[in-house]
Amino acid sequence: MSAAMREAYRELAVVAAVVVAIGGAAALLLLAMGFPIAGGLTALWTGSFGSWYVFTSASLVRAVPLMLTGAAVALAFRGGVLNIGGEGQLLVGAAAAAAVALAMPSATVTVPLVIAAALLAAALGGALWASVAAYLRARYGVLEVISTIMLNFVALHLVSYLVRGPLQEPTHVYPQSATIVDALHLPRLPGAGRLHSGFVVALTVAVAAGWMLRRTAAGFRLVAAGENPAAATSAGGIDVRVTTARVFLLSGALAGLAGGVEVLGVTFALYENISPGYGYTAIAVALLARLDPWRVVATAVLFGALEAGAGAMQRDAGVPSTLVSVIEAALILAVVATQSFRSRRQRPDVGEHVQPVDA
Amino acid sequence: MTEPSGGDERIALVLQGIDKRYGATQALRSASLRVRAGTVHALLGENGAGKSTLMRIAYGMERPDAGAIAVHGAKVRLNSPANAIALGIGMVHQHFTLVPVMTVAENVALGGHGMLDLSRTISELHELSARTGFSLDPEVQVERLSVAAQQRVEIAKALMRRARLLVLDEPTAVLPPSESTELLRWLRSFADQGNAVVLITHKLGEALSIADDVTVLRRGRTVLVVAGKDATAAALTDAMLGAASAGEQVGKTPATDRVESRASSRIPVFRAEQATLADTSGMVRVRDASFVIGAGEIVGVAGVEGGGQRELLRALAGRLPVVTGVLERPDMVGFVPEDRHRDAVLLDRPLVENVALRGAGTRRGLIEWNTIGARTESLMRTFDVRAPGPRAPIRTLSGGNQQKLVLARELDADDMTSTAAIVVENPTRGLDVRATAEVHARLRAARDAGAAVVLYSSDIDEVLLLASRVLVVYAGTVREAPIDRDVVGRLMLGAETHAER
Amino acid sequence: MPLGLAALGELLVERAGLINIGLEGAILAGAFGALVGASTAGGIGAGFAAAALAGLVIAMLFALCVIWIRADQIIAGTALTLLSVGATGTLYRALFGSSGAALRIPTSEPVAIPGVATLPVVGAALFSQPPITYFLYLLAPALAWWLARTHAGLALRAIGERPEAAEAAGIAVDRLRVLAILSGGVLGGLAGGTLVLAQAGTFAEGMSAGRGFIAIAIVVLGRWTPYGVAAGALLFGAASALQYAFQAMGWNAPYQVFLVVPYALTLAALAGAVGRARAPAALGRALETRR
Repeated sequence: MSAAMREAYRELAVVAAVVVAIGGAAALLLLAMGFPIAGGLTALWTGSFGSWYVFTSASLVRAVPLMLTGAAVALAFRGGVLNIGGEGQLLVGAAAAAAVALAMPSATVTVPLVIAAALLAAALGGALWASVAAYLRARYGVLEVISTIMLNFVALHLVSYLVRGPLQEPTHVYPQSATIVDALHLPRLPGAGRLHSGFVVALTVAVAAGWMLRRTAAGFRLVAAGENPAAATSAGGIDVRVTTARVFLLSGALAGLAGGVEVLGVTFALYENISPGYGYTAIAVALLARLDPWRVVATAVLFGALEAGAGAMQRDAGVPSTLVSVIEAALILAVVATQSFRSRRQRPDVGEHVQPVDA
Repeated sequence: MTEPSGGDERIALVLQGIDKRYGATQALRSASLRVRAGTVHALLGENGAGKSTLMRIAYGMERPDAGAIAVHGAKVRLNSPANAIALGIGMVHQHFTLVPVMTVAENVALGGHGMLDLSRTISELHELSARTGFSLDPEVQVERLSVAAQQRVEIAKALMRRARLLVLDEPTAVLPPSESTELLRWLRSFADQGNAVVLITHKLGEALSIADDVTVLRRGRTVLVVAGKDATAAALTDAMLGAASAGEQVGKTPATDRVESRASSRIPVFRAEQATLADTSGMVRVRDASFVIGAGEIVGVAGVEGGGQRELLRALAGRLPVVTGVLERPDMVGFVPEDRHRDAVLLDRPLVENVALRGAGTRRGLIEWNTIGARTESLMRTFDVRAPGPRAPIRTLSGGNQQKLVLARELDADDMTSTAAIVVENPTRGLDVRATAEVHARLRAARDAGAAVVLYSSDIDEVLLLASRVLVVYAGTVREAPIDRDVVGRLMLGAETHAER
Repeated sequence: MPLGLAALGELLVERAGLINIGLEGAILAGAFGALVGASTAGGIGAGFAAAALAGLVIAMLFALCVIWIRADQIIAGTALTLLSVGATGTLYRALFGSSGAALRIPTSEPVAIPGVATLPVVGAALFSQPPITYFLYLLAPALAWWLARTHAGLALRAIGERPEAAEAAGIAVDRLRVLAILSGGVLGGLAGGTLVLAQAGTFAEGMSAGRGFIAIAIVVLGRWTPYGVAAGALLFGAASALQYAFQAMGWNAPYQVFLVVPYALTLAALAGAVGRARAPAALGRALETRR
């Protein structure tokens, strides 16, 4: 029991540290720039957690895609796959969902089925996009860090083409798709402002992903393969290549789903700038959550709130919203530094290993 | 002790009274070595005798705790390999330090300053080839070269830096026989030109055939210095293995349970017939091995580095396919590899997960963590694994406790059947005396419970202590030996003819 | 041309076995630095100096994370790009008022090289350019020469392939890595400076627009050689030029195809389909822990 208590305390300490870091960094920056500290912080707060309406309609709405992409990144990184292609996978997912939703005559089939089909298409699209990098890694040993960056740009241009070509709105004036009919919008959650049911999807996915890591044999294989491929192979008899390829696809599917949910829940149309970099912010979200999908729920909400608050800060206090990016970066660097120092401290019986083996 | 003989330039290298300690291990105790210019000097010793440590000190890679060093008559301090290089010492490590995609000339030039003039390096290499009879194409990529040629590149690197004393660590371990002869012949002629060669080896034949002088180290001490022409295989073996003092560690008389050990009377668990094994790069490491290992016995494996025992163990454990021939083995063989941090555990994961790792590849559906947690706790109890709890990361455990957990996992009673089997490789490396004794007790208990245990240790005494028979691997050949320190030692060193006549 | 500068900088970093995703941040910081330098100190030279300095600062942070703390390269790079986006945006609004007010600063005038500038077709495109472009023309051969003809260049290539071997040869591996990172940062900063001082004449938030990532693609496409990288930069430049040409001509063909071609080529190059492109063997590998 005491171990669990200690763990809980540590968790609490981390949360406290994060809060202090955000507040401190924000205050310092405001001070340095000569902005009103109190006003800025107040706006940051009221714009994110200030009221139920703001919390649900602004913070949580922004948290939904971050939760999905964050879970995608967490799974991939845990499995030893540095998938930084969440952005591209999200875009392809968004395009796939939009294509399905626009193509299906909503009157003929039942609405839930069309929505499900669109979301499924989004997930498949994301997985398909990831599969290119997964294949290149498995077959040619291509670093996924580089290939996923390339694919992000290709996806960007793909969407750019789609919204000026096959999916362009009927008047052919604006570079965006037609608006998806109201019936196919993800229903709003009752009493939660503009928050749509995609939140439930994201929450379910994140919880399921965390559950998979904790409870299933497949999840454990993923963790083992990511943690130490040599031991996973030798001691666990795990096929690391297959495991790695699977987690890559799964990660892509979740990121793709994020795109689908965003299209059907928020934008209702496909256009080029549909993602303000969710796929990249997801890396920060996942890292701060220490790559645990359950904690991703919390960090996604935190980042969603930060971004919502940033807008308010700019509107109400005249403080640049970009300040939030600095805070996010500071958070990642703080996590990186503490983790690295912790692992350096926890290196027991060093003498045993530095001793050269006399042959 | 006298000062290293002052001013005698004909002595290429003197190491005197060298002490070196790593943590709890005293690697060298007042070790000494005296290498005359114009000679090939063989440095012999078992695994762990301190040969490599001594030469790393001579190359400035390690600093001695005590002792003096003199090079060509001048007393020196060696703080880095750069110092040693400047003094004309060159070293060829067992694991080459070459950049595979670069050419021979680029590798030779690496580490210089200022402008890079490869054409000059190339012509210098050609000149070197002509002078030394060393065939090397300076413009070919190193990765396209054979191991023997890569070794020549390493030697060329040293020669281009004007090395007059060459130290080679087990140079023939990686070479096929014809190339070994070639190399030894070359080393001879190099020495004849007034240079000096230190040949670290544990092959007796090599030392006897080429060395002018032989120094033998045992447990960090210099135990024998003899002229090559006066050395005999028997004397060298005795010095290396410490035959006279063998009784101090292990009773020479086999325990009773060993006497009755006859594979034929047991249920066979492993059976090899004409099995040939290759390493991951495809080089054949074990040729035509035939043997049977039965239930309820501990069979030792002995061999010097690179002899093929590594591949033999992995094939028995099912981690390496057989090239030709037959190797019958149970489906599930427990395996305790020597590098447990790399090959056996998830360092940052809890004990439970490390227990769950075994068989993870074939498990389906949900993992019953409660069951595995209970099993972990029971394994911790039975194997006396000292840990904060089953949820603590295995990193937080001492090396001995980590090893006990790995052993417990691989010996897991749930998987024990009449054909239970486990392969362990250097199971007590890095463990203290107490943990070592515990691991030994576990292996004996597994044997008594009916398991077939295959034990390799680079410490021959550990093999002799536990095993009832020994499979000796020498240069790819597997031969069976009784529990006799002399016989095993000679077979290991490739001197069987002396022993068996 | 900023692409070429940034890509040559990243080339140095990658030849040392590292991937700096923070390059995007260095470019952006450089762009902002150029604005501050040129508008406060006045003059284009000061602008470029400030740009280089800004890129250097970001690179120093990256080196600090990756070499000193031994943090993951990808994570550190991501964080620094984010930091740069946030910091430049915030500082810009703080110093120059909320967006909207487009600040104009003088741009560097094209200098025509007599003789060659009047060549048909390519003359004006290649030889009537701001001075920084000529610097780039000199930089690629200079780097190629440095990599091939100096011991330091050889050492850099060695640490990207097999740091252990380099260390055994007496090379200070970490020091050389830091130097590579810092040089990459300076070049990234200059690339950002070029955006402002030779092209846009102003700063806009996020104006680097992914050029740091494109530069990484160019390095791959250029097969980790200076001339290859220069050619890759031209290809990417040509692709976007063609896009505008197509749009201007009002053609209906999907111009995005041209934009995608370089990336597709890069992926193909990675897979070994287009010639032999082999990454430095140690690229992206976690750094060995220090003793």
